[in-house]
Amino acid sequence: MSDLKILLNFERNGKSHTLESYKQRSGYKTVEAAFKKYSPADIVEEVKKSGIRGRGGAGFPAGLKWSFLPKDSDKPVYLICNGDEGEPGTFKDRVILEENPHMLIEGIILSSYAINAKHAYIYIRGEYGYALRQTQQAVDEAYKAGYLGEKLPGTGYQCDITVHKGAGAYVVGDETGLMNSIEGKKGQTRNKPPFPAVEGLYGCPTIINNVETLASVPYIVENGGEVYGKIGTEKSTGTKLLSVSGHVRKPGVYEVIMGDSFMDFLKNQCGGILDGKKLKAVIPGGSSTPVLRPEDCEKMTIDYESITAAGSSLGSGAVIVIAEGTCMIKLLEVLAHFYHHESCGQCTPCREGTGWLLKIIKRIEEGGGKMEDIDTLTSITKHIAFHTICPLGDAACGPIDSFVEKFREEFVEHIEKGGCPYNGKFTRLQKRI
Amino acid sequence: MEFTEAELKQLEQLRTRYPDNRSLTLPCMWMIQKREGFISNEACQLIATELDIPRIWVEEVRSWYSMFTEKEEGKYVLEVCNNISCSLLGSQQIIDYLCDKLNIKVGETTDDGMFTIKTAECLGSCGTGPMMQIGDNYYELLDAEKVDAILEDLRNGKEHAQQPQQFPEYK
Repeated sequence: MSDLKILLNFERNGKSHTLESYKQRSGYKTVEAAFKKYSPADIVEEVKKSGIRGRGGAGFPAGLKWSFLPKDSDKPVYLICNGDEGEPGTFKDRVILEENPHMLIEGIILSSYAINAKHAYIYIRGEYGYALRQTQQAVDEAYKAGYLGEKLPGTGYQCDITVHKGAGAYVVGDETGLMNSIEGKKGQTRNKPPFPAVEGLYGCPTIINNVETLASVPYIVENGGEVYGKIGTEKSTGTKLLSVSGHVRKPGVYEVIMGDSFMDFLKNQCGGILDGKKLKAVIPGGSSTPVLRPEDCEKMTIDYESITAAGSSLGSGAVIVIAEGTCMIKLLEVLAHFYHHESCGQCTPCREGTGWLLKIIKRIEEGGGKMEDIDTLTSITKHIAFHTICPLGDAACGPIDSFVEKFREEFVEHIEKGGCPYNGKFTRLQKRI
Repeated sequence: MEFTEAELKQLEQLRTRYPDNRSLTLPCMWMIQKREGFISNEACQLIATELDIPRIWVEEVRSWYSMFTEKEEGKYVLEVCNNISCSLLGSQQIIDYLCDKLNIKVGETTDDGMFTIKTAECLGSCGTGPMMQIGDNYYELLDAEKVDAILEDLRNGKEHAQQPQQFPEYK
């Protein structure tokens, strides 16, 4: 385990969001040097070499995404920073937006230069009032200092950033939904192809990256893609922010090196389970990633390949810890309610299916379940997943299938007993120490 | 209903940031909701005229996003997160406590028009749950005493200034 901090390289003293604090941490040095040293193609190459994968959840290699831009287009190119952060359990982008926004802005300037975008939008979910204020303040400071606007120091290069406020919708976290939202429409998703890189915002070539991905770019450009690529494992390079929540003694946002042991992290850094209870389950990458039992996590390390091998996904890095004594059916009801609520209504399998799933789970939880309900659940998910325009449908199915697979006995117990063995409630564990 | 001078000035500024007028729909709606507390049909028409777009485009946006409201609500809307992490830490107890204390159900407004209780999906404050949102601010790590203090402060017109996420002190 190493102490390397790339994104959380600041003290939480209430001033880390200011230009002054960022410059004390050698902020904006990379921008000044990079324009002299590198061509746009060089920066794309460095990011490719770094191997960094998109931190929003899908894990698509960022450099490769950039290279999909058409070379011969005469339309303007847009860069969008996705700060919608809607995946339940995730609150890591918020830390960057609230406490380290200048690192993100520097990342956006470098990335815009690399892909030849003149205007970038930072889309922040409407609920993040404080993050919106902090980021806007940082953008204003950066304009004043001459890092943004007409001419960047030492170059003829122009970069504008506009902060755009969302209005509450999970599905907007999808690239195409987000573009529709910036265009002032309902945030429903678009069919792909055409992919955003070819036909995105206002019909122009568009690149969309997560906050954490873009905030990592200054480090990559400053130190070189190769150096970044050596951090972590072969296929999961760099550091990752984890949002840890649930029944854990020290919840919060942690920056870890990819490849660290998961159980050690949980025990040592997060202080283990509340009230000294035993671990019952872990959702390792946000609410849509499959749930794992403790034995699945024993040998798991924090990186894309190991968590996939354990049967789940690193997703957005939102670790939700569940202690013994928790009703898994009630928990699944909470998740099913969420996906039903957030289904945008565009595709029938998702719009109708998520409602059926919720009804059946509620029935089981409340004591009216039948044995065949369990298989009905998994047959419905087969008809939702991969039959919809966007991944919300798939996301809704991840928890259902995995809860049934890993905790089938609890479904059976509810149905046989004709009710919830935990009285339909979550036992509130002691307050944190 | 009209936009104020200051709002129109802000709109002029915003027009330079987007190549298409329609992109100002959400910013305009935020402006109105901030001032009026909700977005009426009249406001939709005002926005549509200002942006030169059909009114239905504004109305569909209003009904689609969860943060826009069509009707007047309490002065303070208490939105308690009831998603996975918060519910594991007792958000339902906070909701029950609020309903008991204010003597209303979820979705209702107190008689004096001060408070509306709502539930919300994940607000991205999972490490500091249970939590609620009031206006632009988050109130985190809630328990009964804290809820009492918050309501008391709001009744006395004292709003809290938000800090970065307050993770608990570790000992």
